[in-house]
Amino acid sequence: MLEIKNLCVSLEEEDKRILKGVNLTVEAGKVHAIMGPNGSGKSTLSYVLSGREGYEVTDGSARLLDEDILDMEPEERAAAGLFLAFQYPVEIPGVGNMTFLRTAVNAQRKSRGQQEMSATDFLKEVRSEAKALKIDADMLKRPVNVGFSGGEKKRNEILQMAMLEPKMCILDETDSGLDVDAMKLVAEGVNALRSNDRGFLVITHYQRLLDHIKPDVVHIMADGRIVKTGGPELALEVENNGYSDILAEVA
Amino acid sequence: MSLAQTKEKATKERLTSMELPLKGWSASARSDAYDRLMGMGLPVRRDEYWKYTRPDAFTSADVPRAAVQEDNDAPIFDALDCHKLVFVDGIYSEEFSDGLSIDGVTLELLSSTSDVDIHWAKSLYGSLEKKGQKPVARPLAAFNSAFAQEGILMHVKKTPPKPISLHYVRESDVSDVMLHHVVKIDEGASITILESGDVAARCNMAIEAEIEKDGQLNHVRAQGRDHERNALTHIFAQLEEQSQFKSFCLTMNGVLTRNETVIEMRGDDGMAHVAGASVGDGDFHHDDTVFITHDALRGESRQVFKKVLRNGATGVFQGKILVKPDAQKTDGYQISQSLLLDDDSQFLAKPELEIYADDVACSHGSTSGAIDEEALFYLRSRGVPAEEATNLLTLAFLAEALEEVENQEISDVLNAHLEGCLKRGC
Ligand SMILES: Nc1ncnc2c1ncn2[C@@H]1O[C@H](COP(=O)(O)OP(=O)(O)OP(=O)(O)O)[C@@H](O)[C@H]1O
Ligand SMILES: [Mg+2]
Repeated sequence: MLEIKNLCVSLEEEDKRILKGVNLTVEAGKVHAIMGPNGSGKSTLSYVLSGREGYEVTDGSARLLDEDILDMEPEERAAAGLFLAFQYPVEIPGVGNMTFLRTAVNAQRKSRGQQEMSATDFLKEVRSEAKALKIDADMLKRPVNVGFSGGEKKRNEILQMAMLEPKMCILDETDSGLDVDAMKLVAEGVNALRSNDRGFLVITHYQRLLDHIKPDVVHIMADGRIVKTGGPELALEVENNGYSDILAEVA
Repeated sequence: MSLAQTKEKATKERLTSMELPLKGWSASARSDAYDRLMGMGLPVRRDEYWKYTRPDAFTSADVPRAAVQEDNDAPIFDALDCHKLVFVDGIYSEEFSDGLSIDGVTLELLSSTSDVDIHWAKSLYGSLEKKGQKPVARPLAAFNSAFAQEGILMHVKKTPPKPISLHYVRESDVSDVMLHHVVKIDEGASITILESGDVAARCNMAIEAEIEKDGQLNHVRAQGRDHERNALTHIFAQLEEQSQFKSFCLTMNGVLTRNETVIEMRGDDGMAHVAGASVGDGDFHHDDTVFITHDALRGESRQVFKKVLRNGATGVFQGKILVKPDAQKTDGYQISQSLLLDDDSQFLAKPELEIYADDVACSHGSTSGAIDEEALFYLRSRGVPAEEATNLLTLAFLAEALEEVENQEISDVLNAHLEGCLKRGC
């Protein structure tokens, strides 16, 4: 599904290396988790994969469903099936959440040569997905993320994911800022999308999320590299002992 | 030669070949206006009020040629139920119009009343323009009062059943049109006036509106999309007690546009809202010049102007709120903002407050900004192509100005028009 090889990334503006050779493969149907200390490069990895400006790929490759994505525009990557739930969802004053969702859904359909979704079908689907995530009608009407609480923003990310049905979902700290109940809702939303032809990369600091979204593989990222890979037990180890043992072990 | 001498000479030269239409009731107003114009002289670049916009295209003897642009769209306000009056290159078209009769309103053509010596419009025509010459000279408005070829004289006695839509078609590359409308709104009556179309290769339009107690004027204008046309407009509005004036203008394209709005809040508790949204590309130069004078208690005024500029387009905003000593409890608000889609475009803003009363609340703000890259990336990451995402953000930016249009049907039409134009690249 997603194959990252020796990915090296520096900042465009300053001469600073952030990713120093990331290797990672997420298979279809699997959930991979990435944990790692603050500043280790997790968000940078997710941004580089989704095509944000400001980074320079100095080496390595990233392929989604056997296509090189690093040369694609962000919208092309999205159309190819990539989705990033942002660590910090962006507020867009003046653009209604519904308009935003419909535009996105239809743009992706169009780029895949599918027909646009009819207004009624769209409404029906948004309503039912929103209901599952306990997003009320008022939030759908408001401008994108404007005035949303931290938790509401995260739920809105999952709503977008549910509507867009991507192949490869990257969730960057979607659990941060969520209360216990909201976390369950979000996890249910994610689990509902789990399927044999979809991959997940879940970036998190906490075991709690992984209690609900059971990962198949857990990676530890430190200083721009994946330094350790293991099963779900690796997350528990981090939860109990922090990173020092692991980092000492690989140093 | 001094500036005054140069101006006088140039103005004389410009006017020698023009004939003043001195007939009937408007003759004295026209010759007064002519004298005012000669006294002020046509504007030149060195005039402070024309610092950001070259007046040459409006003053030259030759009409700047403007190719008529093919436009297959129906006139924008045809989507609404309106009483439509159509002008083709400034000439009233009986064929395309709904006629000069509508309940509650007397409608007459300026040209058709030239034989009579007594007319209700006599006390109004040129008089608000004349008042509006102080403290800032507006010679091109006097030019219009003196030489206007046509116009609608509208006496609103009762609220008409539907909006009056003035649609201006242009067919000539060199048409040079001056229209002068007079609107008198009686106590408690209200009217919606819509204007649309390209008017002429060069136009100089004026509206004088007197709004009596509790009267209302809603004005919405969608300026034509021709790329090369030159448009100058003036609105002079005088507001009596508890009356309301709302004006919104949408401008897309046009090589040169200057819209001046001059409002006098004369009666207590009046309300004046002026707003504009414009989108321009390349040669586009768009100037909104607003002057609101508060001369009564508890007046509320509001100016909201938004401009989207790209490929070297220029936007200008000169907005002034003048609060006279007795205009206590005035509430004045003014905002002008531009969205610059590239580094070549520029926005020149001159917001001014001049306040002589001590118990007022006035605020103004002006900003220029680029597109929000974070928002753009967020949209693109959801699969929205860059151009479409930019359009969405552009519409979002303009939304605050469009929201000034209260009537939902009209604002829907404007939004759809704007969206369509953006999609097609204007
Ligand atoms: N645009 C930027 N300018 C300067 N430094 C940057 C920029 N983007 C990332 N960095 C730096 O790169 C490093 C990795 O940042 P990143 O956001 O990827 O970390 P993270 O692993 O997601 O951390 P966290 O767990 O706190 O979210 C940090 O040291 C950060 O300061
Ligand atoms: Mg991060």
